[in-house]
Amino acid sequence: MSEVVERTLSALPALLGPQLPAGPGPGRPSAGSRLGSLIRSITALTSKHEEEKLIQQEIASLKAMVSAPTTTLRLMKECMVRLIYCEMLGYESSFGYIHAIKLAQQGNLLEKRVGYLAVSLFLHENHELLLLLVNTVVKDLQSTNLVEVCMALTVVSQIFPREMIPAVLPLIEDKLQHSKEIIRRKAVQALYKFYLIAPNQVQHIHDKFRKALCDRDVGVMAASLHIYLEMIKENSSGYKDLTESFVMILKQVVGGKLPIDFNYHSVPAPWLQIQLLRILGLLGKDDPRTSELMYDVLDESLRRAEINHNITYAILFECVQTIYTIHPKSELLEKAAKCIGKFVLSPKINLKYLGLKSLTCVIQQDPNLALQHQMTIIECLDHPDPIIKRETLEILYRITNGQNVTVIVQKMLDYLKESKEEYAIITLSGKVAELAEKYAPDNGWFIQTMNAVFSVGGDALHPDIPNNFLRLLAEGFDDRKEDEQLRTYAVRSYLTLLEEENTFYPQKFLQVMSWVLGEYSSLATDVDPEIILTRLHSLLKKTFVTSDTKAWIMAAVTKIASHTSCSKTIDKLIKEFSSSLDTCMRQHAFELKHLREDRVLMKNLLPFDASCNDMVVDASLSFLDGFVAEGLSRGAAPYKPHHQRQEEKLSQEKALNFEPYGLSFASSVSSSGITGRQSPTGLSFGSDTSGNSAETGHKETNTLKLEGIRKLWGKEGYLPKKESTAGKPDEPQAASCGNLLAGRVIDPPASQSDQVSSLSEEEKEKQQLASTLFVGLGSNAGVSLMGKMDVATQKFKRKSKINETQTSEEASDIQNSAASTFGPLLDTVPVNKEDCEGNKHTRLRKPSLCSSDTLEDNLAFETPQSLKKPGLDDRLSDSTLSPLSLFADGNIEILQPSPSALCESANKTLSVPSLPKELEELPHSEVVELCQSDALALYLCKVWKDDSLLLAVFASNKKSSALNTVNLVFEKAEHFQILESPAHQFSVIEAQSVERCQKCVWMDKICTQGILPGSISYQSEMEPCLEFSVTLSLLDFIRPMEMTTEDFGKLWLSLSNDVKQNIKMSPSQDSLSTALSTLQQKLKLHIVDIIGNEGILACRLLPSVPCLLHCRTYSGMLALWFRSPCSALSDGLLYQCQKVMEES
Amino acid sequence: MINAVLVFNNHGKPRLVRFYQHLAEEVQQQLIRETFHLVLKRDEHICNFLECGSLFGGADYKLIYRHYATLYFVFCVDSSESELGILDLIQVFVETLDKCFENVCELDLIFHMDKVHYILQEMVIGGMVLETNMNEIVAQAEAQNKLEKAEQGGLSAAPSRAVSAVKNINLPEIPRNINIGDINIKVPSLSQFM
Repeated sequence: MSEVVERTLSALPALLGPQLPAGPGPGRPSAGSRLGSLIRSITALTSKHEEEKLIQQEIASLKAMVSAPTTTLRLMKECMVRLIYCEMLGYESSFGYIHAIKLAQQGNLLEKRVGYLAVSLFLHENHELLLLLVNTVVKDLQSTNLVEVCMALTVVSQIFPREMIPAVLPLIEDKLQHSKEIIRRKAVQALYKFYLIAPNQVQHIHDKFRKALCDRDVGVMAASLHIYLEMIKENSSGYKDLTESFVMILKQVVGGKLPIDFNYHSVPAPWLQIQLLRILGLLGKDDPRTSELMYDVLDESLRRAEINHNITYAILFECVQTIYTIHPKSELLEKAAKCIGKFVLSPKINLKYLGLKSLTCVIQQDPNLALQHQMTIIECLDHPDPIIKRETLEILYRITNGQNVTVIVQKMLDYLKESKEEYAIITLSGKVAELAEKYAPDNGWFIQTMNAVFSVGGDALHPDIPNNFLRLLAEGFDDRKEDEQLRTYAVRSYLTLLEEENTFYPQKFLQVMSWVLGEYSSLATDVDPEIILTRLHSLLKKTFVTSDTKAWIMAAVTKIASHTSCSKTIDKLIKEFSSSLDTCMRQHAFELKHLREDRVLMKNLLPFDASCNDMVVDASLSFLDGFVAEGLSRGAAPYKPHHQRQEEKLSQEKALNFEPYGLSFASSVSSSGITGRQSPTGLSFGSDTSGNSAETGHKETNTLKLEGIRKLWGKEGYLPKKESTAGKPDEPQAASCGNLLAGRVIDPPASQSDQVSSLSEEEKEKQQLASTLFVGLGSNAGVSLMGKMDVATQKFKRKSKINETQTSEEASDIQNSAASTFGPLLDTVPVNKEDCEGNKHTRLRKPSLCSSDTLEDNLAFETPQSLKKPGLDDRLSDSTLSPLSLFADGNIEILQPSPSALCESANKTLSVPSLPKELEELPHSEVVELCQSDALALYLCKVWKDDSLLLAVFASNKKSSALNTVNLVFEKAEHFQILESPAHQFSVIEAQSVERCQKCVWMDKICTQGILPGSISYQSEMEPCLEFSVTLSLLDFIRPMEMTTEDFGKLWLSLSNDVKQNIKMSPSQDSLSTALSTLQQKLKLHIVDIIGNEGILACRLLPSVPCLLHCRTYSGMLALWFRSPCSALSDGLLYQCQKVMEES
Repeated sequence: MINAVLVFNNHGKPRLVRFYQHLAEEVQQQLIRETFHLVLKRDEHICNFLECGSLFGGADYKLIYRHYATLYFVFCVDSSESELGILDLIQVFVETLDKCFENVCELDLIFHMDKVHYILQEMVIGGMVLETNMNEIVAQAEAQNKLEKAEQGGLSAAPSRAVSAVKNINLPEIPRNINIGDINIKVPSLSQFM
């Protein structure tokens, strides 16, 4: 600090002097010296405390100054700069915000500039004061002074309130035609900002983006690339037609066609190149035809980027990434691999890092690369930079197989022990656990590794890791003996660990130990239970053990007690904790005491090794019906669920109701609230949720609650492709050739060592390490693009049946909870509910909801309903309108279920498969081809079922021989959720025949359009894997929601996320009813009611997220007002509405 | 996108702070502190990229920094930015500062904080890189200087005159518009898009 102070003090006189070449502030002694003196005094301070005092003083004086009426704008400008300084140091100065806005409003150019800067630094998007700025911005945008326009555009593209966009949008659109390029450029930037914060507001000006893209000025074009990158990221299929344009731009940039001005270290517009390469990568992904277009230019980019400067490496790196993302071409891949080699071997550490990073990305496509660079990788393992080390471990993680797992895991654990960063520990320990589970060579190693993970990971560990571990132990494998060995080993290893007194273990580890000891300690027959109990007892007395963990230990003690006759330790324990201050422990002690008195009950309650058995629980609590009925007869008030009580309270509080449709609300509550639940089962319906939670809570104390926990680290977790394509018969073959190859690679250095003879010990060690690390990698097929590594020996193969029952259980759980949330509002709910209860047991037993029985079950009560719906009715009868309208953006047309249409399509293409009868009756799309190879063709048909989107996938065998074990796997997509397991296996597809599989999909995260990728593989030597993707739109998941006007009013009140927009109506749909029927037909909305010039509509996103729409017409405009519990849903629907209205 | 641009000296004193996403004041200060500690720990000769873990909210974010004499320039970016590209962007930023201030030092940053912000604003707007051409940025900055000098030179008394004067001096025409005919971009007709 002293150096700075000295320099400051010596420089101050010069800085504050009258002639200063650059800059105005300190140039003027009057105001400038104030900032100067502030800074001088701050730098002279020695302690944080003094600084605080000084700044507080400064802020106080500023406060007085800004609010004084005599302060001129010029002085205000100085004040603002000082305030910015204070804010930067972290001192709140909100009193100045309003003055910053005022300064931007009233000042001359310079003052305005400071005002705008202060506003953009101080405020955030949702700040209420920001609204006051809108007027100023509008005024400045209309100014004839270019500087003002520029400033306004700058501030708009930094910060602008979302809801005021319509106020400035036309002005900014005008600026796109401005003669000055900088104005056009900033206007594009402002539109980009709008696109980010409110995409639906700029939907209509997409053609203007295109104009910006072909602007004659490169700067404007470059700015528009930001928008395109963003849009293509969201939906690459919509912009494929632009590929040629982007390629052409890149070609010209690379070819040096740009003015010399754009060169940076004689590289033409490097940042522009990077941006374009990224866009091309996104466009060419999984699309051979588009990729074809860009091969040339990529090749040229690689060739041209040869000057040895940082920025050329940036371009090279981007090229490599793009080449590996798009549809592969072997020539380019070769060159890219060379480039990666250059990076990895570079002495420059930044390049090395990027090289490792790209290795990580491509290693699964091309494991040979890792072999080429194995020595570098080994060196990087001991690199002083932890970032490099971590990236190296990431590579190793991706090349792990059954043969090298021990070495790699050891390396990871070494790193974990040294690392202090919590974040690194959490991610890495997760990876170790995953590898251990996947490739463990034997029981002992597995348990030891997991022990290490638990002790190193500590309590920061992701909770899924202990949960999955216990689940693995509990569910066991197909071999019973194997299970017992593993469990016994675990028990013994924990006992050894607990033997050492005074060692500290993380809580999660202790919990795992106690659960295992409680469940399986009896397997270790030679260990006296008394010893185990003593260990657990001594743990209970430790101070570092939290009460949470104590509960786990107590549960373990209880379980052990159930199969030991009498024990002194237990007696002691009961005595000790019966008077404990911890109520929880006291309760456990009493429970144990009473259970011990009733041995039979205890045995029943705590059966041995039953943690995985399904419990049959009467979730409806029907045994309480009598009690409830009695209560009601005695005049008790009927139960109302929480949200209903809230609503009632809300409606009573309101003196004046300004909300629409709320008028009939209060009177209707009591009647509609109780209708449909008069039966005894209906009465207990509301209490379902509480009953459920009590049940799970109970379960938690003695077993681990495993339902509903996402399997993040499971087999399907990180590397889904790996498993899906690895065929079993290939395994030994690939592994053996891997061995061979590894052997060969080691050979040359070995012979070298003979010649040189004085090879250092260290070198040898490294080679040794290399041979252990890279064993089993690579294949003799050369560059195997799609070839994934083998899963050599998967030790722990879980039984699959438990998973499946769990998923279906989850599904019904979701249904349950959904039903109870929106219960009274949905007409279908009572039916659904009964169905749920009636089928509960069958359903649990069935692996998937879509097995034909249940499906028909569902159809049985859904079809008549859906036919009743006017929207669907229209769709079914009106064949000319509906195909276009429903999926206007997709390429799928709706196939009419009328017999004539069917015949036609059948005649047209005989090979295209058709839906089975029960699905044929539902609204569905045409069968389209997804992908095909020589042997197999995949077809898809979307069926819009009432409770989900059903994807019917047809696999047609084109060969003359049967195909065995065809695996169809949908990958995990961000936006979608597949209701059962994402995989399906056709055990055999006969020659020339078609098999069908059905998957029900929900939209998990709302988006207007998304892609669900998947792949299909079958056993064959050639091209074992075929990838495809299904484009799903929001509309696929929207269903009409029938309700009464009263219900609508009630629901309307309970929702809060408003989205409003006015749309111009075209002359063809001048009346409200025509507009609404358009919406009804095309968006599957249900028209609830039309009153005068207002209309209300309702729909739901599957399974049951409602979205309500209120429409009003006035002077040719249609005012839309959406409400939904989920704001993204409203946004998405608004977008669709706009599109529909524009189209018609 | 760029999430934040931080400049602090060897003692962790902030010299320029610009966040492109809204964060509470305390969070900002904490981020500056933690970033400083992360960066300070690193030797001179290891890589300029730093995974910041949960600091900015996820593995997607990265710190890219350069150390010049007494100052650290740190850019926090997400995965959509090129690491090496940003590294050179920092270089461009610093070189531009150097041109504008003639041998820039820490004090210039302190006393002309607003100007530094304007320069940054020419390069990065709302987290997106807008301009990387150093001459262009310097020209813009100089135009603004002239504006200020014009005001100080007495024109401020007559704002209307100043404005008309400004119109002539602002927004320099960079020669690049002249031979722009070279680049020619064809975009497919818009009709299919409508």
